[in-house]
Amino acid sequence: MVNDLGFFALALSALLAAYAAAAAWWSTQRGDERWLESARNAAVGTAPLLTIACVALVYNLLAGNFQISYVYDVSARAMPPFLKATALWGGQAGSILFWTWLMSLFAAAVLLRKWEVDRPLLPWVIVITMLTLLFFQGLSLLVANPFDRLWQDLRSGEVVQRVWRPAGAAPLVPFDGKGLNPLLRHPGMIGHPPTLYLGFVGFVIPYAFAMAALITRRSIGDRWIRTTRRWTLVSWLFLSLGLLLGGRWAYDVLGWGGFWGWDPVENAALMPWLTGTAFLHSVMIQEKRGMLKVWNMVLIILTYSLVIFGTFITRSGVISSVHSFTQSAIGPAFFAFITVTFLSSVTLLVSRMDTLRSENALENVLSREAAFLLNNLLFLGITFAVFWGTISPMVTELITGQKITVGPPYYNQVTGPLFGALVLLMGVAPLLAWRRQSASQLAHKLLWPFVGSALIVGGLIAAGHRNPTALFGFWLVAFVGLATLLAFWRGAQARRQAHGESWPIALARLISRHRRRYGGYLIHLGVLMMALGIIGTYLFQQETEATLVLGERLNFGPYALQFDNLHAYSLEAGDRQVTEAVLTVYEDGRPVRTLRPRRDFFISAEQPMTIPSVWSRPQGDLYALLVTWETDPGLRATFKLYINPLIGWLWLGGLTFVLGTVIAAWPDSAVRRTWKLAPQGEQAPSPA
Amino acid sequence: MWRRTIIAVLLFLGLALGIPVAAQEPTADEVNRIAKQLYCPVCPNTPLDVCETKACEDWRAQIRDMLAEGQDEQAIIDYFVAQYGIRVLAAPPRRGFTALVWVLPVVGLLAGGWLLMRVFRRQERGPTRPLLGTGQDGTLPIPSEYLARLEEDVRKG
Repeated sequence: MVNDLGFFALALSALLAAYAAAAAWWSTQRGDERWLESARNAAVGTAPLLTIACVALVYNLLAGNFQISYVYDVSARAMPPFLKATALWGGQAGSILFWTWLMSLFAAAVLLRKWEVDRPLLPWVIVITMLTLLFFQGLSLLVANPFDRLWQDLRSGEVVQRVWRPAGAAPLVPFDGKGLNPLLRHPGMIGHPPTLYLGFVGFVIPYAFAMAALITRRSIGDRWIRTTRRWTLVSWLFLSLGLLLGGRWAYDVLGWGGFWGWDPVENAALMPWLTGTAFLHSVMIQEKRGMLKVWNMVLIILTYSLVIFGTFITRSGVISSVHSFTQSAIGPAFFAFITVTFLSSVTLLVSRMDTLRSENALENVLSREAAFLLNNLLFLGITFAVFWGTISPMVTELITGQKITVGPPYYNQVTGPLFGALVLLMGVAPLLAWRRQSASQLAHKLLWPFVGSALIVGGLIAAGHRNPTALFGFWLVAFVGLATLLAFWRGAQARRQAHGESWPIALARLISRHRRRYGGYLIHLGVLMMALGIIGTYLFQQETEATLVLGERLNFGPYALQFDNLHAYSLEAGDRQVTEAVLTVYEDGRPVRTLRPRRDFFISAEQPMTIPSVWSRPQGDLYALLVTWETDPGLRATFKLYINPLIGWLWLGGLTFVLGTVIAAWPDSAVRRTWKLAPQGEQAPSPA
Repeated sequence: MWRRTIIAVLLFLGLALGIPVAAQEPTADEVNRIAKQLYCPVCPNTPLDVCETKACEDWRAQIRDMLAEGQDEQAIIDYFVAQYGIRVLAAPPRRGFTALVWVLPVVGLLAGGWLLMRVFRRQERGPTRPLLGTGQDGTLPIPSEYLARLEEDVRKG
């Protein structure tokens, strides 16, 4: 009953989306506003309908209706209700419905805003968002239907999946489901997909505006960018959050002591973030100088395509081989959709080239415009390297029949230097003036950061550090960090002189008056902290594996670990068998901490899970895993231990990053917004 | 870096104390150092040192046996490649067709850099219009020469 309601709501929402797109297009042909209003109402109406569809699926999950094929696949009786509900995005069919629902919410939100100024864009924004929505609704209805029930043919015994009973079949109601993949039962995994998907669907909005601007030839101005600026920032915020939570989840759950493995799924989520970041930067040039108009269009088209690509990869994993790609029903559909949208976007862009002429030329290689161009080149270079690395196993297999692995060595070597260059640019670029920057003045600005960072590196060398890569990395972080802090200091100093404010007030007002700029600098500081964590773990990680008998001690780095106990218990009504080891950590001969690494075995899912025990300290983490144990001839357990220096900076940097993005995206008061209507935008105080 | 130092120190200590080092069973760390560079031949994207399947355990045991026989790192890696193909390497070799994997990003970056250079070179001072009103939608129809003068004043002031 509820299941039928959910299915009908989904089907009806698809009809509404199709109608909205058609009516919006028709309104442009007829010039009739009533069709447009009708289209808008229909488009907004998809959101409540898809909400009903999602609620129905969650209800099925909570109620344990195992005749529903999706419920059978991702949930089980023994799972706590909270996990049952979040199993909404625990599998492919649920994820696609969830994505669709988020997309409809975003579309509804954007369509409900005031449209006086951008009225001519409205029909096309409806057309583009609704066609995107329709594709996903179609997938949900035709390819991965979360409302399919299980039926068994009475004669052949064959099991089929249909929403309603096929002729000559009886309902098949399993007693229990397969349960959610144990790896996904973690707080990080609860938050990771929704944030990542919010980021994904959010980027559809600036894309829709960009295409609408092209179609209506309003791409001549940068109005579409100004209108969508905050949407873009908010989407980017969620995408960043999703990536961070994913990294944290990998660190806590996957048990290999790391947080990023350059897996295709991770790459798929990273790529739209990379092009989106490039876009966020390069729209500033268009706003300030009327340049790079074509380029911004290219970036937003790429970001949209990579979002669709990312959604596809994260949920199907079919990129791993040619065979699985052609076998899956969903692969070709996505491939066709991406190809069609990409080609039509590019065609549209080419046909509107005349509206995108630059208003200014680049005047000097030493200028902020040039720095932004370089920034874009680096981001695109990284994106291309990651994209190529992700698809080359498939390409190689197609051409030579050989299976290959493209793993971390490739990505680290190819993208590492580019990331380094980006960080350096991050320190220098904000100090450059628009149009032209005198070299001597720049040298003057960079003098103190340079001296300070040189002193820090000197200190490190004196302390016995010799690894050149690490020293360079630390110098880079110190140099850029000081340059960024200097920007805060200069701004606050200027305010103090002008308004006689105290330091804290001056700093707070500086940030609140120029949110975009100083929020951006805060993001830069967050990136630097993360870089510190990455340098620490990549270059100084220590690891060891050892088998200990009960009571035996192992020396590892500054610690000694003693294996004191191993005991078993069960959770979740006996479905989860836990074996837990007790390791006492000694430092300087004194016990300082107890670690309890575990191996859990999920009986219904027939899957083991290694749960690390981590002691986080400012200088780094001590990370312990229980690999295996045996009781014959005596109790012995094998442990894997890691020391991850500075990794706390990665999470702290992530938080700073998010805080900076929130500040940059924070809405202005109404008074300031009326000011913003002038194309001038806000002129930050010139940092001279 | 660190690990090498530690091993060197251990070796030195071993030699100093007269413990027959070479005849010892290879440690798990020595096995992992090689397993880290290999990928599980049957699982998707899993390095051999952290893979939890039974098959991977056997492969690690095989590495241990080969080390005990006195084979060096390269020989063991070559053996695995011969057995299971180049997919066991964490990254494809830089020769033959798979060199393309390495070359293409570099070519892409160089092409991008070359394009950027061309943009920089074309520094023919195009018709630089004033920063203000460029006749976009939402701007005031102010004569541009007036704006230019205004801007000049602002810049001086």
